Amino acid sequence: MSETPIIRFENVTKYYDAETTVLTDINFELERGKFYTLLGPSGCGKTTILRLIAGFMQPSGGNIYFNGKLINNVPANERQVNTVFQDYALFPHLNVFENVAFGLRIKKLGKQEIQEKVLEALKFVNLSGYENREIAEMSGGQRQRVAIARAIVNDPEIILLDEPLSALDLKLRSEMQYELRELQQRLGKTFIFVTHDQEEALAMSDEIFVLNAGNIEQSGTPMDIYDEPINRFVADFIGESNIVSGTMVADFRVRIGGKEFECVDQGLNPNENIDIVIRPEDLEITTVEKGKMKVKVDTQLFRGVHYELSTYDDEGNEWLVHSTKKAEVGAFIGLDFDPEAIHVMRLNETEEEFDKRLESYGEDAYAN
Amino acid sequence: MQTKNTKTFYLIPYFAWILLFVIAPIALIAYYSLFDLSGNFTLDNYKNFFTSIYLKLTLSSFWYAFLITFFSLIVAYPTAYLLTKTKHKQLWLLLIIIPSWINLLLKTYAFIGIFGLYGPINAFLNVFGFGETQILFTDFSFIFVSVYIFIPFMILPIFNALDKLNPSLIDASRDLGASSWTTFTKVIFPLTTNGVKAGIQAVFIPSLSLFMITRLIAGNKVITLGTAIEQQFLVTQNWGMGSTIAVFLIIFMVIVMIITGQREKGATSNGKN
Ligand SMILES: Nc1ncnc2c1ncn2[C@@H]1O[C@H](COP(=O)(O)OP(=O)(O)OP(=O)(O)O)[C@@H](O)[C@H]1O
Ligand SMILES: [Mg+2]
Repeated sequence: MSETPIIRFENVTKYYDAETTVLTDINFELERGKFYTLLGPSGCGKTTILRLIAGFMQPSGGNIYFNGKLINNVPANERQVNTVFQDYALFPHLNVFENVAFGLRIKKLGKQEIQEKVLEALKFVNLSGYENREIAEMSGGQRQRVAIARAIVNDPEIILLDEPLSALDLKLRSEMQYELRELQQRLGKTFIFVTHDQEEALAMSDEIFVLNAGNIEQSGTPMDIYDEPINRFVADFIGESNIVSGTMVADFRVRIGGKEFECVDQGLNPNENIDIVIRPEDLEITTVEKGKMKVKVDTQLFRGVHYELSTYDDEGNEWLVHSTKKAEVGAFIGLDFDPEAIHVMRLNETEEEFDKRLESYGEDAYAN
Repeated sequence: MQTKNTKTFYLIPYFAWILLFVIAPIALIAYYSLFDLSGNFTLDNYKNFFTSIYLKLTLSSFWYAFLITFFSLIVAYPTAYLLTKTKHKQLWLLLIIIPSWINLLLKTYAFIGIFGLYGPINAFLNVFGFGETQILFTDFSFIFVSVYIFIPFMILPIFNALDKLNPSLIDASRDLGASSWTTFTKVIFPLTTNGVKAGIQAVFIPSLSLFMITRLIAGNKVITLGTAIEQQFLVTQNWGMGSTIAVFLIIFMVIVMIITGQREKGATSNGKN
């Protein structure tokens, strides 16, 4: 990253009063023109980060840089950032046109120019012909698109979107996911998107920040985070997974319960206690003889694309399996999986150490 | 049938009230306005109202009511705005409302004491070498006391409108590049006009018919429709003319209510979708 990051957080903290720290030491850099997602459970500080970037509040400690310039004390109306609010925050006394034109009128653009830009922005979000509608006469999805038009029409460097899809039904929601992602690629602007829906985050982002209790647990591409979660929290939050405790016997060998399995991880201390993740779709159903693990089928749900099986091994660990094959409830089956399916997570590993460890695997792979 | 009967039953007190205390008095006033001093039927009272004395009176009533409303609004809006920003806003609001529970006469007499020649204001002015100043019986004291009496009725609806205003609309305005002042003129004020209108209604209409404060604080300096009615009934004993002025007062009030009663589009939701 030779280019100056468009946004840089440096040891940013935020607390409202002495006891409650909302953000503890946040550090990250955002590149221009990418789609970023802040993902995390309710109350973890996602909106707080957006509000800090938008300038609705100041950090309690640390620095925020925009294009390399310190912006801690720049007020919101002087920042090149526009927000799509969680509740849209459209002005109810203005119609659709005037809502979108609000920012342009403040910039004192000419009448003709405003007219052109507003109509173009409304066309962008497929709302041509709705200019004279009152906000009260618009549906939820249409309001959301007005809110997006109102943000993009100002041509900001960064667009912040705070759970803009949370109020929509499933169908409209996935439609809007496509539209937003496409919009971002067309505009080439930096989008920072907030959600607590992991599927949404995986589907839309260039890079995801997984937050928990005011900390960034892990950041990376959707694939990185899905395939190599850093810890139990991320593994659990990013998708359905089987997480069990285990031991690293030696390089490339882990023990789960009484059994040892081959894996691709190395460089850990012998007999170190670890957490292990295996994704439900990486487990394959076979006969008990062929399987690496013997489990008993407890329940089976038809999920449309696949069956979801809940199974238990002899130690009582639950194993979720996603399979296109059917099994019989109550029967014993074998589970098979590749060494790559085992993801080893060290306890209390920092993101830096984690990245270094993963990198070393890559180098080794080349060396071999 | 049962429900219809009970409904009628519950409506009886309402209609009785309206009949006895709204319709009957208005009918009586209208009736009295049609008689002259010696009890003969006449329309002269109405003709007289359109003479310069009464038109001037009407004008001055409107002028004073306007001043009282204007100063109430000027003080009430920022006050209400500050109140919504305080931590214990309901408590502060209560403190402002409480004086309105105290009897009007009592408060007015208190001001006679305060503004009087031997009152604390004059004592204070004395310290700076001003001689005894007549504060009572001036336009200033009349408007000051009236504003003091009416201001809670202006603050309350404005406070409610501001309190209901969705704070993210203010963030949105700032986000789109508006300064604090532009945010106020383009977002906050337009979305609280209903509260302002309700406040104007609650202050302007009673101000039109003030007479007690006028008498006690302004003496004979200020003559309004209210004092004129009082004069006609109690001094001149011309009930016909007094009633005629009252009829016009009622008409003016209705007009003011219609003007300030219009609801702004979208503002009912105050931006909370
Ligand atoms: N004005 C405030 N005063 C005190 N605490 C606050 C304030 N605003 C937010 N918080 C606290 O800060 C924490 C983070 O809030 P934030 O709004 O950033 O959460 P979030 O991640 O956006 O959650 P959600 O997904 O529910 O929107 C929460 O614990 C919240 O209670
Ligand atoms: Mg939030």
